[in-house]
Amino acid sequence: MNSKAIAPHWEHFEHEADIGIRGIAPTLEQAFEQTAVAMTAVITNPDQVSASKAVSIRCEATDKELLLVDWINELVYQMAVQGLLFKRYQVAIQNGNLSATAFGEVVDRQKHQPAVEIKGATFTGLSVYQQADGAWIAQCIVDV
Amino acid sequence: MDTSQFIQRDKTCWEIKPNGTMRVPAIIYADAQLLQDMDQKVYEQLTNVATLPGIVEAAYAMPDAHWGYGFPIGGVAAFDPEQGGVVSAGGVGFDISCGVRTLHTGLNIAGLQAHKQALADELFRTVPAGVGSRGRIHLNHKSMQGMLTGGARWALEEGFGEDQDLERIEDHGCMAGAEPKYVSSRARERQKDEMGTLGSGNHYLEVQRVAEIFDHCVAGIFGLRVNDVVISIHCGSRGLGHQIGTEFLKNMVTSAAQYQIVLPDRELACAPLTSPLGKQYLGAMRAGINCALANRQIITHLTRQAVARVFPGVHPGLLYDVSHNTCKLEQHTIDGQKKALYVHRKGATRAFGPGHPDLPPVFKETGQPVLIGGSMGTGSYVLCGAKESEQRSFSSACHGAGRAMSRSKATKQWQGRTLVDELAAQGIIIRSPSMRGVAEEAPAAYKDVGAVVDIADQAGLARKVARLEPVICIKG
Repeated sequence: MNSKAIAPHWEHFEHEADIGIRGIAPTLEQAFEQTAVAMTAVITNPDQVSASKAVSIRCEATDKELLLVDWINELVYQMAVQGLLFKRYQVAIQNGNLSATAFGEVVDRQKHQPAVEIKGATFTGLSVYQQADGAWIAQCIVDV
Repeated sequence: MDTSQFIQRDKTCWEIKPNGTMRVPAIIYADAQLLQDMDQKVYEQLTNVATLPGIVEAAYAMPDAHWGYGFPIGGVAAFDPEQGGVVSAGGVGFDISCGVRTLHTGLNIAGLQAHKQALADELFRTVPAGVGSRGRIHLNHKSMQGMLTGGARWALEEGFGEDQDLERIEDHGCMAGAEPKYVSSRARERQKDEMGTLGSGNHYLEVQRVAEIFDHCVAGIFGLRVNDVVISIHCGSRGLGHQIGTEFLKNMVTSAAQYQIVLPDRELACAPLTSPLGKQYLGAMRAGINCALANRQIITHLTRQAVARVFPGVHPGLLYDVSHNTCKLEQHTIDGQKKALYVHRKGATRAFGPGHPDLPPVFKETGQPVLIGGSMGTGSYVLCGAKESEQRSFSSACHGAGRAMSRSKATKQWQGRTLVDELAAQGIIIRSPSMRGVAEEAPAAYKDVGAVVDIADQAGLARKVARLEPVICIKG
């Protein structure tokens, strides 16, 4: 099966106390983008968020899994200190360095009805790998 | 999980003998039903904890144990620094010193009824709750340092409370050994506008009625009578604790090999207690404990203001304040010898029994109050520390009901607005900025806290004193 046929998408998976976020896409970068959309969806419906503000993000790590944890934690930090929610992301990864732009807006409690804030990404349920069909999976559980 | 994996020691004690790389046994306190209902992940996580260097006696799981990160939630483990013992950021968790504080109001339910809506509105207006809420206090560098070092004592000096509050807080309101220099600028940045905020998820402020007394003598000393109105606050160290947890978890993962620690699960990341990283984490984590204590103290002040606006002259006093995500240096007796051990309690409550030297005079005969949070529709419990819990679990007990259903399943099953209406029909007022948040916290998404508390009582972890029913719930 041609991996290009797999449309980038995200999903949640079960954890007894918290929630798992998973991105599935033809490229590693897109999988990271989708995992981040899944993270927004833990808080609110991403369709309700506009993309009026852009934030630059950089992180690096020695392996892809640590990089995913860093990426999500960087977004958690930016959301917390700037009071933002993100709608979409553009990610580039080269030699363990991630550079990205996150697009979103300031949280509006009436409009977004945010359900829960994310404390951090965990190493539980953490994996980043390429399936036999070529699709990249990037996932972890977030503590809420 | 399958109970045949265990040796049943008595009605409530189930043991897994050391096997493979386990250094000590793993012990779960539960009855057959609670044990069957626990996820197999609890078994895996608890036996993983039992492999960590320097662990003493056993890795314990409380009756409310469920699948956590590295440690199960409801996990207790003590480590000896002289035996290569470790401290684990995952063993404390992201929400450092999350805990419960309960206040007496001096009101009874009959006096509250006519003012219930007004009190709900006033509390919801006064105590910031939910995602995107900000406190009214802005911390500068100096006040941040004071808060991280002084905890609830600092809050008192800032005018949030009174002297007699302190003896009714673990560690008398101030965790010694905090080292703010190990708290990063990012952790401070996350906290500077979050003091006095509840947060979200399972955090709440609840007005409750004392519904039932199990031990009249202890309840009398705790100042609890049937139909009294109390207020319980469940929250933790907010963004600061989360950031400390995030940063040290990563540092401990990447430096495990340097300390020759083999991690069965990366989330169990830890460092030797005597190592620079271990000491840095302890210093930062204790500052995180102070942040939680200060936060609950400020929320107490806000609560007092709200109550006084509805009931002029009423000034709630503290019953007690407990933390359930901590690692603390305590004296415990091992084979007849007093040892200084670092006790991790991840989703477990300290439960010092009668006569413990760290307790204030008022609780010397009863043991400390052990405050167990329930869900917004069911109930909460007040227990007291039991003498035998020292031998059973390093003086530890359960912390809450524990989830029975994931958040995504809960939102598929319930609508927030419908739940609010159903609870209103039962006389419970819910105030929350997010209806989806309410659905995720649906009462039926939690285990039966009554069953958990019964087993804690039967196992000798803590003794039942009173049951509390929700009247008003402010959800984050």
